[in-house]
Amino acid sequence: VFDVDVAVTNPEKVVQFKDTSLPMFRSKAFTVRRRYSDFLGLYEKLSVKQSLLGCIIPPPPEKSVVGMTKVKVGMDDPSSVEFVERRRAALERYLQRVVSHPSLLQDPDVREFLEREELPRAVSTQALSGAGFLKMINKASDAVNKMTIKMNESDTWFEDKFQEVENEEQQLRKLHALVDSLVNHRKELCGNTAVFAKSMAMLGNSEDNTALSRALSQLAEVEDKMEQLHQEQAASDFFIFEELLADYIRLLGAMRGCFDQRMRAWQRWQEAQSTLQKKREAEAKLLWANKPDKLQQAKDEITEWEARVTQYERDFDRVGMTVRKEVLRFEKEKAKDFKSQIIKYLEAMLQSQQRLIKFWEAFLPEAKAIA
Amino acid sequence: MRSVSVDLNHDASLLIDIPDALCERDKVKFTVHTKTTLSSFQKPEFSVPRQHEDFIWLHDTLVETEDYAGLIIPPAPPKPDFESPREKMHKLGEGEATMTKDEYTKMKQELEAEYLAVFKKTVQVHEVFLQRLSSHPTLSKDRNFQIFLEYDQDLSVRRKNAKEMFGGFFKNMVKSADEVLISGIKEVDDFFEQEKTFLLDYYSKIKDSTAKAEKMTRAHKNIADDYIHVSATLNSLSADDSTANKNRYLSSSVSLQKVEGRVASDQELKLTELLRYYMRDIQAAKDLLYRRARALADYENSNKALDKARLKSKDIPQAEEHQQHCLQKFDKLSESGKKELTSFKGRRVVAFRKNLIEMAELEIKHAKVSSTLQPTCVRLFVYS
Repeated sequence: VFDVDVAVTNPEKVVQFKDTSLPMFRSKAFTVRRRYSDFLGLYEKLSVKQSLLGCIIPPPPEKSVVGMTKVKVGMDDPSSVEFVERRRAALERYLQRVVSHPSLLQDPDVREFLEREELPRAVSTQALSGAGFLKMINKASDAVNKMTIKMNESDTWFEDKFQEVENEEQQLRKLHALVDSLVNHRKELCGNTAVFAKSMAMLGNSEDNTALSRALSQLAEVEDKMEQLHQEQAASDFFIFEELLADYIRLLGAMRGCFDQRMRAWQRWQEAQSTLQKKREAEAKLLWANKPDKLQQAKDEITEWEARVTQYERDFDRVGMTVRKEVLRFEKEKAKDFKSQIIKYLEAMLQSQQRLIKFWEAFLPEAKAIA
Repeated sequence: MRSVSVDLNHDASLLIDIPDALCERDKVKFTVHTKTTLSSFQKPEFSVPRQHEDFIWLHDTLVETEDYAGLIIPPAPPKPDFESPREKMHKLGEGEATMTKDEYTKMKQELEAEYLAVFKKTVQVHEVFLQRLSSHPTLSKDRNFQIFLEYDQDLSVRRKNAKEMFGGFFKNMVKSADEVLISGIKEVDDFFEQEKTFLLDYYSKIKDSTAKAEKMTRAHKNIADDYIHVSATLNSLSADDSTANKNRYLSSSVSLQKVEGRVASDQELKLTELLRYYMRDIQAAKDLLYRRARALADYENSNKALDKARLKSKDIPQAEEHQQHCLQKFDKLSESGKKELTSFKGRRVVAFRKNLIEMAELEIKHAKVSSTLQPTCVRLFVYS
């Protein structure tokens, strides 16, 4: 059983890697510096290798020109700060998903990423940034759908699963948009509450009844505290809820990529079978035409293609098995993930409510003291 | 439930309430119910149907009555405004196809609750207007007030006549009177000087607070609506899960929804309505100050006219009489004005106290409810 802990800290994306039981790594805990492009580079390498086998490769967070430009310019505004935190958290989750995958953890590129002091600069990550790769997958999926493939009985599992995945992705996209709206409204509420608090303070100053004046000023302070609560709630809405949904939309996209890989493997096998058939027909023709020298070549080619057909069939079966395993593993992970995040979300809310109670309970005697 | 004012209906000689109202499209028909021991009325108990325009007519006739110039006339109730829920209902109808049945039902319920809240609010505000009148020693005896309460025919004929007679004359006067006040008529009385400064400043501040409170409430409502959509989508997501999972998602999303929705409407009622009502009331107090300032201006003009008459030795008795008349009017306004403004202060402080306490108690109550709901949801998740 592996127990690997990765953490990503800012600002230069320092990866802290803590391993409690793994014998394959050099030492127990160490830190390396990585650039964002390094993370993309890792994804690129893994995609090329592992996805061919039917693995679900967790995608990293997308590039954001706007966000990064602001940060580079050194702007201190809250949206830049939020962007940096958002990226840090997303990169951390990305790595955690990679290391919690038993096959990926064994991958030498992953180990190099975690351990090596200096990584060679990753080049041409443009095409294979998360969004780019997904675009590729989407195009491929569409092509696959267009093919009329007759699948036999045992393949309905894959068909059904694929449909499930598509439906779920659609629902998650919808939910993501709704939660985004919620976050924006919550931020609006923050702004409105802050403005209201100021207005209340002014009203309190104008009030000529002493006790009422004090109560109104206190109310202004409570509303200021409420604004703080709303800010924290908005952060919770975003970082716990919305980002969870964004991650899973990407992951489901990656899963569709897996199914696509299986399709390709099937295609390769089918094409090899048809090529073999053609070779056999060619051999038959040569027998008829009585060309003994070309006949040997034809027989060699048939042998070669028979081997290929066998290989590709084995590949297809293996990919199918891997995809099945991956899907089941993914579903377990997803259930766990959603559960822990929703608990976190509810607990944050609960804490918020309890603080709210304290604020209003402190205000109540002030209101009662009005005379 | 009386939201913003203190209980006005405590004088048994004249008790008024609006026990029910009908909503027909845009028009609201209020049933005004009166119970009285006064002999000036024909019956001890009776009810009449009234429209919003009838209330406005009553308010305007009171404002135009010279004898009441020294009183704070209770602010007219605002027109029933169903625009917001109606627009939302329309949007909901258009978007029905894109929602799940559950989502649509919940949104519809929310909107119906909003309709109901607007309805209750408008009934309240019309009721309070009448009760302010009935509890006022002078205004309760007004002839038109009695007609309003008792006359069992349609008031629309009277309303039309009144419009032709007054034609908004006084309203225009009040507007230009703004300059009279601000141009700094030399105030002879400290009390009124202070009141003027206080009310002008307080009015602008409370108007600002009202607008900002409304924005805050609207943001809360938006969040409540978002939660409805979020919980509906969560439900349809977990539709394929086992029943246990489904219930978990359901209960947590419902708890989120309810709390946000409730907080929004309570805050609206207590805080925003309180501010809005007193903003209008302070405007009414300002109107009193304007009228008094006008009377002061008239008095000063009559003094000047008297001096002129004395200089020219022409029409002196008329000028003297006019000056006396103006002085009397001014003194009467000042005396009654002082009483009104002092009792207004007390009323305002009491109302603020009541509503701020109730608001704090409601916030605590709702937070406590949701903080018991949430651990239950969390436990459901943990033990799964």
